[in-house]
Amino acid sequence: MKLTLFVPCFVDALYPQVAVATVRILEQLGHQVEVAEDLNCCGQPAFNSGCWLEARPVAVRVLEKLRDAETVLIPSGSCGAMLRRFYPELLAGTPHEAAAQALAPRVFEFAEFLVEKLGVTDVGARFPHKVTYHDGCHSLREMHIHRAPRQLLAGVRDLELIEMKQVVCCGFGGTFSAKFPMISTAMGEVKCTEALATGAEYIVSCDSSCLMHVQGLIDRQKLPLKTVHLAEVLVAA
Amino acid sequence: MTAPATQFKAAAKTLAADLRHRSLIQTALGKYEVKRDEMKARFQDWEGARQVAADIKFEAINHLDRYLEQFVARIEARGTKVHWASTAEQARQIIVGICRDRQARRIVKSKAMTAEEIHLNQALEQAGFKVVESDLGEFIVQLRDEAPYHIVFPAMHLTRGEIKDLFDRKLGDAPSDNPEVLTMVASRVLRQEYVAADVGITGANFAVAETGMISVTENEGNARLTAALPKTMITLVGIEKIVPTLADLALFLPMLATAGAGQLLSGYNTLYGGPRQPGEADGPEAFHVVLLDNQRTALLADAEQRDALHCIRCGACLNVCPIFRNVGGQTYGTTYPGPIGSVITPHLRGLQEWKHLPFASSLCGACSEVCPVKIDLHHHLLQHRRTARAAKPVWWEKLAFRGFALLVNTPWLWRLSLAVGRVGQRFHGLVKGTKLDPAYVWTQSREAPALAGQSFKAWWRERGRGTTDHGGTGPRDRRPGTRDQGPRVTSHESSRNDPGVATKGGTAHE
Repeated sequence: MKLTLFVPCFVDALYPQVAVATVRILEQLGHQVEVAEDLNCCGQPAFNSGCWLEARPVAVRVLEKLRDAETVLIPSGSCGAMLRRFYPELLAGTPHEAAAQALAPRVFEFAEFLVEKLGVTDVGARFPHKVTYHDGCHSLREMHIHRAPRQLLAGVRDLELIEMKQVVCCGFGGTFSAKFPMISTAMGEVKCTEALATGAEYIVSCDSSCLMHVQGLIDRQKLPLKTVHLAEVLVAA
Repeated sequence: MTAPATQFKAAAKTLAADLRHRSLIQTALGKYEVKRDEMKARFQDWEGARQVAADIKFEAINHLDRYLEQFVARIEARGTKVHWASTAEQARQIIVGICRDRQARRIVKSKAMTAEEIHLNQALEQAGFKVVESDLGEFIVQLRDEAPYHIVFPAMHLTRGEIKDLFDRKLGDAPSDNPEVLTMVASRVLRQEYVAADVGITGANFAVAETGMISVTENEGNARLTAALPKTMITLVGIEKIVPTLADLALFLPMLATAGAGQLLSGYNTLYGGPRQPGEADGPEAFHVVLLDNQRTALLADAEQRDALHCIRCGACLNVCPIFRNVGGQTYGTTYPGPIGSVITPHLRGLQEWKHLPFASSLCGACSEVCPVKIDLHHHLLQHRRTARAAKPVWWEKLAFRGFALLVNTPWLWRLSLAVGRVGQRFHGLVKGTKLDPAYVWTQSREAPALAGQSFKAWWRERGRGTTDHGGTGPRDRRPGTRDQGPRVTSHESSRNDPGVATKGGTAHE
């Protein structure tokens, strides 16, 4: 299967190892990976800020560049949700609506793709640690991804998954974290408290943006926790 | 910033950092969640029930004109007087007028969010009437002279100790902080009020069109006494409370109790069909129903968001909302706090003045997931943001996003900005966390992530150049020993390095 990888701006710039791990896993599984090299952003920051006029040119360019892509893979549930769930809404009533509708079913988040499309739950990884899993809200509620990452974690040798008691937002929310920093921080603290209560060493997620927020708090408050993207766990051996 | 936005931000900042408040609310709502899930499990198919409830409300709201007329005809046939109030002001005038006509002096009132919405108590007090809230939580917040904290649990932010002190101060009677003892203190006061009151005012949970009846749900029996003992009963109802048939309550009553309070059914569910009928032993002599519009028809005209009128005011969205749980209900400065409040307040009171509420959300969607009538709450917040900005753009924000669009749409510019950023971040330490820091909004409470030494795309290009047989068989990296070294997990440390090489400490698999 020919796969086109869309690497979100912040993964490209801040967490390249997540995209590297994604490439390695897919290639290990025998797939040819193509990177949408000149795509950087899905336009979500402007979209979520209400600036739809400013988000549209970004979305339109994504649609053009991915027009011929058979399957689009994004190692971020949040950006995946933007393409799959929100582009049709953003571009409704514009000449690009049909292209947005056509792209939506071809977009997959990384864990979802491995499990639901490839039927892979064991990639031969080993990660001898206690972990807990954070559902990014867009992954969970816009992409409806819940089972897939857990099945992949279950396939990792020597890994122990301990679930948090509540499913709760990490408090990032994009520009929300800058517009309402104290609410966002309080939410992040609740998340860290939940994660610490599991006794896990790592918070694993399919969303580096959530992990960026949580890691920022962990570092500031010197909490005994680490964050890691699922793809990074899956390349560990 | 508008005045409500300034107030919200200031109050939110204080409460979000208040660990005592956080623990109180988290604990209370944690217990609620356990009970709610137990009760949800008693439904054969909770998700199916949600869909049916949403369908019933959809039908009711989309034929509101017909159902309202049916409701009015049926309830008036039994001697009830129905009043139509387009605005809050009209509703206040109608109710004050009825109280004057009945030569009332004392009024007892059970819980009604619509009364909060139109600031009824203030109007009645200004007109010279004495009003006492009979719901225990409302009674407590009335004694404190403050707005309810939550639409179902008005006093959930107070500890029993605080309530004991309050009763001591205001009633001179608080033998202990035992909740049962305190409830009995309130009951003793309230029983006098029921007997002495000339008018009883209630809200409504549902208005049944088919039979012309008002349905009131409660747990204390106070609404029944409020309705039954005074000679005059007034019920204030938002027009969206209509359900088509009596049988609909078979779904809505347990659903409201489950979603709202984690109960299978509330303690008392009463239907009121009119004043005392010939031959009946009790009930009010006169019964007035005030139907309140107050911008509801404007919301009805909004095809995108009219499902917000499905709301049964259960409070489930507040209970799961991480914003509500951290800032508390009174911070919002609205009648309806939490997600539903952030959706409907801009409709009720004006979007530009209240647009900060839709922005004060991480759009996590927990609200939409639990809403028993499936209101698309968090997407409505997103639409509010769009509508607010389209009507009144913020020039610097437009400029910033245009710049950002140019940046991400121009590959060389993106590469250049990363290079510049890498140099810039070396000096970040000098101002980090201070007000000179351009990232202060982030760094005042969180560490900033670091730009990686090499971006993913730089790695990819480099790898492509160094690979001769790049194809289906997998990559051959130019650098030796770079394959499958595993992740660098302490992302802040590691991402400064080359993404393809895990050379430093902190790798997960060590």
